[in-house]
Amino acid sequence: MSAAGAPKGNSGHRALNELEKRLLNDFQDGFPLSPRPFAVMAERLGTSEQAVISALEGLQQDGLVSRVGPVFRPNRVGASTLAAMSVPPERLDAVAALVSSFPEVNHNYEREHEINLWFVATATDRERLAEVLSEIGRRTELEVLDLPMVEDYFINLGFPLQWT
Amino acid sequence: MDLSPHAGFVTPDPADLALILCVQDGLPLVARPFAAVGVQIGLSEDEVLARLTRLIKIGDIRRLGVVVRHHELGYRANAMVVWNISDARVTEVGRSIGQQPFVTLCYRRPRRPPRWPYNLFCMIHGHDRDEVTRNLDHLVETCHLEAIPHALLFSKRRFKQRGARYGEPIVTPPIRHDNPLRPAAG
Repeated sequence: MSAAGAPKGNSGHRALNELEKRLLNDFQDGFPLSPRPFAVMAERLGTSEQAVISALEGLQQDGLVSRVGPVFRPNRVGASTLAAMSVPPERLDAVAALVSSFPEVNHNYEREHEINLWFVATATDRERLAEVLSEIGRRTELEVLDLPMVEDYFINLGFPLQWT
Repeated sequence: MDLSPHAGFVTPDPADLALILCVQDGLPLVARPFAAVGVQIGLSEDEVLARLTRLIKIGDIRRLGVVVRHHELGYRANAMVVWNISDARVTEVGRSIGQQPFVTLCYRRPRRPPRWPYNLFCMIHGHDRDEVTRNLDHLVETCHLEAIPHALLFSKRRFKQRGARYGEPIVTPPIRHDNPLRPAAG
């Protein structure tokens, strides 16, 4: 492990201390369901409740952690879908900006394919979701492929991080 | 089997919905986060804990914890890999792909012929493109996918990324008398 020295090469991210690494890796699931969860975590990590809270605040501020909270099963508490569009390259920035401007859109990526714009939209129900997709189709005059999840095969929880 | 995309959808009861909307952007980083959430939606700390425990148990919450941003942690490459697998085999293969440690999502989705022939989607992360490609090779070998048509869609630009939002939080006036934001004394 390269504890010494700043990360180099491909990684522009900042160096992480041992507490941060363990918070990132060991608590992607199983957050303590106890009145003082950060104190429970601190005990396991051999540090203080305040140190855990401060470290998580720092990780969140620096964008390494998006949140400490739940990941919901898709389509249980709301309706979501993956949508895709084939956008002419010269229009991609403008179309992507329009798509991102919808609060229902939470992920929006350019991908290397003829169908080059991929986004995930989530709403309280299927009707609102359909409205969002048809509105995007209407305003861009492009076809929007609607690819809702049919079955979820995901088994493992969290993502094992490798510190290189 | 019901293959309609939203077969599992049920509307949560109002208190669960308020709780979900309140925690969807993350728990407050305070000593007693569940009490703080309860204050916002008019539930006791015990009830917040009981409801979250139940939502986890029934699987509506798949996990509760630190949600990391892969890109910021050095996982600069990610690819969506899509497969066209016969309907008869898709469940078996999907389960097998979903168990690989470097796969973070694995879903069956509808084909949209003629434009889109693929019905199984998974996401592979890596520090760089080579690592993603190696992981894909490993996946093909481990799950015996040599004969299955697939495409690799590397991400190029990320225009937006944040947690899903199911609606605006419902804020209930506080009705508690103690101050749950402070650690319990003793």
